[in-house]
Amino acid sequence: MSTHNITVTVNGQTHSAEVESRLLLVHFIRENLRLTGTHIGCDTSHCGACTVIVDGRPVKSCTMFAVQADGRAVRTVEGLEVAGALHPVQAGFKEEHGLQCGYCTPGMMMTATALLESNTSPTEAEIRQAISGNLCRCTGYTNIVKAIQHAAATIRATKTETPARGVAPAGKSAATA
Amino acid sequence: MIQEPRTTPEVGGMGHSMKRKEDGRFIRGKGNYVDDIVLPDMLYMDIVRTPYPHAKILNIDTSRALATPGVLAVITGRDLEKYNLHMMPTLMSDTQMVLPTDRVVYQSQEVAAVIATSRYAAADGVAAVDVDYEPLPPVVDPYKAIEPGATLVRPDRKDTNHIWHWEAGNKDATEQVFRDADLTVSEHIYIPRIHVASIETCGCVASYDKAREQLTVYMTTQAPHAVRTVVALVAGHVGLSEERIRIISPDIGGGFGGKVPVYPGYVVAIAVSFLLGKPIKWIEDRMENLQADSFARDYHIDAELALKKDGTITGLRVKTLADHGCADAAANPSKFPAGLYSIVTGSYDIGAAHVAVDAAYTTKPPGGVAYRCSFRVTEAVHAIERLADIAAHELKMDPAEFRLKNFIKPEQFPYKSATGWTYDSGNYKAALELAMQKINYAELRREQLEKRARGELMGIGISSFTEIVGAGPSHTFDILGLKMFDSAEIRIHPTGKAIARFGTKSQGQGHETTYAQIVAEELGIPAAHVQVEEGDTDTAPYGLGTYASRSTPVAGAAGAMAARKIRDKARKIAAYLLEASEEDLEWTPGKFTVRGSPDRSKTIQEIAFAAYTNHPQGMEAGLEAVSYYDPPNLTFPFGSYICVVDIDKGTGDVKVRRFVAVDDCGNIINPMIVDGQIHGGLAQGLAPALFEEIQYDENGNIQGGSFMDYLLPTAMETPNWELGKTVTPSPHHPLGAKGVGESATVGAPPAIANAVVDALWHLGVRHVDIPITPFKVWKILREKGVSE
Repeated sequence: MSTHNITVTVNGQTHSAEVESRLLLVHFIRENLRLTGTHIGCDTSHCGACTVIVDGRPVKSCTMFAVQADGRAVRTVEGLEVAGALHPVQAGFKEEHGLQCGYCTPGMMMTATALLESNTSPTEAEIRQAISGNLCRCTGYTNIVKAIQHAAATIRATKTETPARGVAPAGKSAATA
Repeated sequence: MIQEPRTTPEVGGMGHSMKRKEDGRFIRGKGNYVDDIVLPDMLYMDIVRTPYPHAKILNIDTSRALATPGVLAVITGRDLEKYNLHMMPTLMSDTQMVLPTDRVVYQSQEVAAVIATSRYAAADGVAAVDVDYEPLPPVVDPYKAIEPGATLVRPDRKDTNHIWHWEAGNKDATEQVFRDADLTVSEHIYIPRIHVASIETCGCVASYDKAREQLTVYMTTQAPHAVRTVVALVAGHVGLSEERIRIISPDIGGGFGGKVPVYPGYVVAIAVSFLLGKPIKWIEDRMENLQADSFARDYHIDAELALKKDGTITGLRVKTLADHGCADAAANPSKFPAGLYSIVTGSYDIGAAHVAVDAAYTTKPPGGVAYRCSFRVTEAVHAIERLADIAAHELKMDPAEFRLKNFIKPEQFPYKSATGWTYDSGNYKAALELAMQKINYAELRREQLEKRARGELMGIGISSFTEIVGAGPSHTFDILGLKMFDSAEIRIHPTGKAIARFGTKSQGQGHETTYAQIVAEELGIPAAHVQVEEGDTDTAPYGLGTYASRSTPVAGAAGAMAARKIRDKARKIAAYLLEASEEDLEWTPGKFTVRGSPDRSKTIQEIAFAAYTNHPQGMEAGLEAVSYYDPPNLTFPFGSYICVVDIDKGTGDVKVRRFVAVDDCGNIINPMIVDGQIHGGLAQGLAPALFEEIQYDENGNIQGGSFMDYLLPTAMETPNWELGKTVTPSPHHPLGAKGVGESATVGAPPAIANAVVDALWHLGVRHVDIPITPFKVWKILREKGVSE
């Protein structure tokens, strides 16, 4: 089995490793880096539990090889909270009861984070469209939509004062946050 | 109506929408699910599965696999047979294979297990195990399966594929009512095979420590204590006695009944760990989960109502064929092979009823589990609610009026049903009227008439369901002989904080919050100061687990009873501290006050401190209690749901425009969590109504074996749920609560099906089986000349 040397920035930290070509990014994150907040829920890229943000875009990390992340910036759920302050999306999910078993939650929150980085005033239809690649079996989605609306309102309110903590602009990684 | 909280928001007892205590770790990605667990020297297991639904195994060649880098061992049924571990009991006194010795009986059945140093190496090993099969005829149709001469699925068990016959109600009285009826309506209703599809699949890390002779299993189980006992009973002969077994349910990513059974993968992992003395991790992938884990439903129902001309229901007759796959591996209480299906008389006052169920073996995975449903209640509710609508339409009555006419009246409770259940409390009229008011029912009917005149297809569907949950009273309910009590143990620390442990296990229901609120309600200790633990058999008191909406009705009641024992002792300590008699003390949440002397009081925190520092002579120190609660009856939550659908004539697509759900689950502990449970349940009712089904082709091949074809609803298909509440407390539950986890899953599918049929009735459509897919509707519309 051939291997490659890769360097990936994850939540602002640079990691170099020798990995098998076939190693999935989600396994690199979970097993090599022991960041287990990113979950696996299916084999077919349908459930989105493994969603992370790669160079500003939400990506299903079960459908990307670790070698494809070489030289790129990845953000996972563990990178949302900055200096003890919850990201507005995390706070929104807690406030609006946007999670139950918590298994889909990290992927759902990463998709929501990516959405709000490009659009701080999404309509309900835009929110539902954005999370349509993330399956939740517990909540019936109503409170997830409210959680993202809650986060959007927080981000908008913060933006008028100072830039929101931990919310990097679209297209940039949180590496500098 | 909804009760006012008795405690302050800071205390957070019943009625407060307290934010969940468990969320802190989940929103940070710091949950601890089974695949997150890594132990030193851990090995990985992956499973070889058969592509044939029914075949003889001629040979298993492991040589290529064993030559694969990283592969350490390949385990087959023959290996397990040496320890008599190749077969295991199901919860229904049937047996199923752990690994086969000579024959497979469903597609994707486990054939061998590969043990390797990594997940990837184990998968390489699976691909390198060569199995020779001789295909045998599949047995797919349960009706054909029980005909004489059919290929036998379980010749090891029976010389027929008919497993059992079960009846409830009064057959003769029911026959008489049908003979006397003004009219009868009947329908054949199929409740398809579906899967819980929790987003986390099943798995375990089994770790046998040879030096300490201790087995620890981290596993996705909803019932850790029962699993410990089952492991001891099944593997006691190889030295695994119960005190040496520790089952830990870590955080669970959704259960819904699918994590009640013991699957072969767990057993193989435990056996291999026991033999090798190393931790073994086994995690299913999604296709294994959908194709091989226990299914739900799969009931073929023939149901009939007897009626008077004025619309009064006089009788109900139900015959059902249950497709159990290759083993009866349901998770029902042992005296109820068809679960609580005899609740099929529903919310209606029906004088005579008879229910008969026959079960068949087929070459499909074993089952069926109670998927977010207290043992076959979903099937029962679908049958009676579809029949109610058909009867109403045939009688040209409004379906709401028909229901209001036939409901059990509030003054009839406790109500003894024709099939023997004693309903604890209910006010069905109030729930339906509230739902009608919230959705503006009369206006919708007017709109429907206008649209129909224009050729547009719009339907309104009602479901007025009654659940039966909280199993259950020990005189009737047991699983494998274990009585269905549940338990709580509460310890109050000297500083007035508490730890409370329960015999259940949350899979997302929010027990860490709800149970803390129960303790807060009863003792006045802030819920924030109550640490809740479940799922570790070494520390939690014995309980039967979380399923069948039983956590609040049974374990929650145990929590209240344990807290009351603590309060009784606290009263004695308070009397000692206040130099007053116990009878003179008044309890308000959090303190005892001397009657008539409001300045003389002791808080629960002061009493707790005294329990360790200044307790009365002759009294034991400490402040703790345990309760094993045996409920006197089941609880009967209910509700009325109304759904509005619009159907696209061109595509057959059914769009749920509005869905109003009025639920009554008795007194409510955390309104936010209850609403969340209902939202989720509604989505899991929408799913089988419109999208989900696991089908088999005539060759026994599974058709819904991945998320490519097993269609979970996304945020795009799911409407915004509109909720309402009525509150009719349970008269026998210590908190007046009834349980709510499953109501919506049970109640929602017929509301949607009824709405679709309501939209199509004028075209001559009286029934459509779920899932009501666009293709099914389009075919109907084309037959009726509506669609091209």
